[in-house]
Amino acid sequence: MTTVDRVTNASFEAWKAAYDRARQRDVPFETVSSAPVLPLTTPADLSGTDADAEIGLPGQFPYTRGPYASMYRTRLWTMRQFAGFGTSIDTNKRYHYLLDHGQTGLSVAFDLPTLMGYDSDHPRSEGEVGKCGVAIASLADMETLFDGIPLSDVTTSMTINSPAAIIWAMYLVTAQKQGTKLDQLGGTTQNDILKEYTAQKEFIFPPAPSMRLVIDTMEFATKHTPRWHPVSVSGYHIREAGSTAAQELAFTLADGFAYVVAAIERGLDVDSFAPRLSFFFNSHVDFFEEIAKFRAARRVYAKRMRDKYGAKNERSLMLRFHTQTAGCSLTAQQPLNNIVRTTWEALAGVLGGTQSLHTNSMDETLALPTEHAAKVALRTQQLIAYESGVANTIDPLAGSYFIEDLTNKMEASANEIFDQIDEHGGVVPAIEKGWFQREIAAAAYHYQRELDAGQQIIVGVNKFVEQGDDTKLDTLFIGPEAEREQLERLAKVRRERSQGAVDGALERIRTDAASSVNMMPAFMQASEAYCTLGEMIDVLRDEFGTYTEAPAF
Amino acid sequence: MQASEQPIRVLVAKPGLDGHDRGAKVVAAALRDAGMEVIYGGLHQTADRIVEMAIQEDVDAVGLSILSGAHMTLFPKVRALLSEAGGGHILLTGGGIIPQEDMDALAEQGVGRLFGPGTTLQQLVDYIRDEVSNRRAAARS
Repeated sequence: MTTVDRVTNASFEAWKAAYDRARQRDVPFETVSSAPVLPLTTPADLSGTDADAEIGLPGQFPYTRGPYASMYRTRLWTMRQFAGFGTSIDTNKRYHYLLDHGQTGLSVAFDLPTLMGYDSDHPRSEGEVGKCGVAIASLADMETLFDGIPLSDVTTSMTINSPAAIIWAMYLVTAQKQGTKLDQLGGTTQNDILKEYTAQKEFIFPPAPSMRLVIDTMEFATKHTPRWHPVSVSGYHIREAGSTAAQELAFTLADGFAYVVAAIERGLDVDSFAPRLSFFFNSHVDFFEEIAKFRAARRVYAKRMRDKYGAKNERSLMLRFHTQTAGCSLTAQQPLNNIVRTTWEALAGVLGGTQSLHTNSMDETLALPTEHAAKVALRTQQLIAYESGVANTIDPLAGSYFIEDLTNKMEASANEIFDQIDEHGGVVPAIEKGWFQREIAAAAYHYQRELDAGQQIIVGVNKFVEQGDDTKLDTLFIGPEAEREQLERLAKVRRERSQGAVDGALERIRTDAASSVNMMPAFMQASEAYCTLGEMIDVLRDEFGTYTEAPAF
Repeated sequence: MQASEQPIRVLVAKPGLDGHDRGAKVVAAALRDAGMEVIYGGLHQTADRIVEMAIQEDVDAVGLSILSGAHMTLFPKVRALLSEAGGGHILLTGGGIIPQEDMDALAEQGVGRLFGPGTTLQQLVDYIRDEVSNRRAAARS
């Protein structure tokens, strides 16, 4: 940078002397990830940075300033609030409500039985049906979920992992029944199994067959659904599990590269699938650290995709991502403060160039959001988009000494962590050794101890605590009737379907699982026959085996 | 009296299908560092399996972490099975995303204090230490 000459050593030394004479607050000047923060950054900190090569321009390699040339001047980010609870009837009503209030994309939260591949009437599902998301046991539930919502017009994101291929098959069949062609469908399946082993822990099968299913969906999408993002490589859950920002960045990108390698090994051309890979990051409370993380993510990804994995299509090099504000930063104490936290976390996502955004509701440390709380969260995004002015220009923080230095540091940390993963033999061996799990748990414990020692501050929790804080929020209550209704719906499906078609479809799943063919057509056939999710997963459990984690803390 | 006490043994487990184990692991590490003997039961445990582990390991307390909303089913089930298995004296405590009304209702069913977000590790350690020593004293008298 040419500006480097403007700060002379003499003036810097004078500043340093004045700074050292000044009283400094007795707090650790560090990020929420416990990374030290300099009191001041100057051009000298960027003296080794080639601005044209490293920062560049939006829409140009290495995409530090954004994947697209015109960013929010062409289209604002997609406001995509994650929602799901109770039965598909309950959630369908919430989707209509959100769309009516200006939401621009749908995002499905599934209940735990669905996420773990159990039908609503399985004994292990007792008490969990519809509690933390919507219960989807068969195509009938999927059809109800999108009743009156033309799937040709909305894009849908589905947070589903172990059973992702099957749930996606149900979605594809639902769209076909609505009269929508597969190549018109836009949306995303999370389908990121690797971070389940490291962070969110909703795994069913061992890593190898799980990876096969992921690659099946990527291969199918490449051929049949050119607008669909079959995998959303997710750091969100890694961060929520307690990682630092740099770990979130590096672990997530490493997972992404593991899918790239596996798809190449399947025989797919990297440029045939990479343009449809997408990412999903957390936006935590440390404003600048998060912005730097997002900018570094694009740069690190572009360089590796080109230089290590041989991608040539520029769309294969552009990292595009969804952001969700940090659930783990919200407090049960003084819950209205959560609106404020969420606002600047969302702003960090926007200044980091996110393609879509979920803002958490103020009541999420208490329960799933009420309609009112969800609306305030959506309005938060609309205020940022239409009032703050930040969407008028592209990557406004570029060139800030501090932001660029932090971005460089994030990139360097990510590269160091990639080396550590390589030393463990790659992502899957490191999972099997429990390395990621231990790294994340150690970071979470470190943070909690800093919090307890007052070295990290959370307003309302360890500073400015109010005794007898009487802010009472109404919370969403999901009563036992949701489970009861869902059981009735499922019994009706089992009664009315053709058993012959069910048996034939399940047998095909068994045969295909034992061979190496792409399983998507078998899952679509079984969905159409109203096989339940649990029936299909049970066949796969038989064929693939199940995975258990060695308990350790 | 304190000096001659046996170390407190605690089982920390995740019942049900929920895999969010950050809280459980942080709490397990904190109880260990406070001198307790911690058995970490791991993920996706059934109520039966948790009770079996608690009895086998002869623990003083069981701490369950539930963030999935299934607490009104899982806590009473573990409490009832513990008592049936001769573990009526074992403290059942825990935490997660649990509304205050539900905490109150569970307390009436014999479940110990439940802790939500924002709890300090010291509060947990103090609670378990006090509650277990009260229960031990009651058993001796």
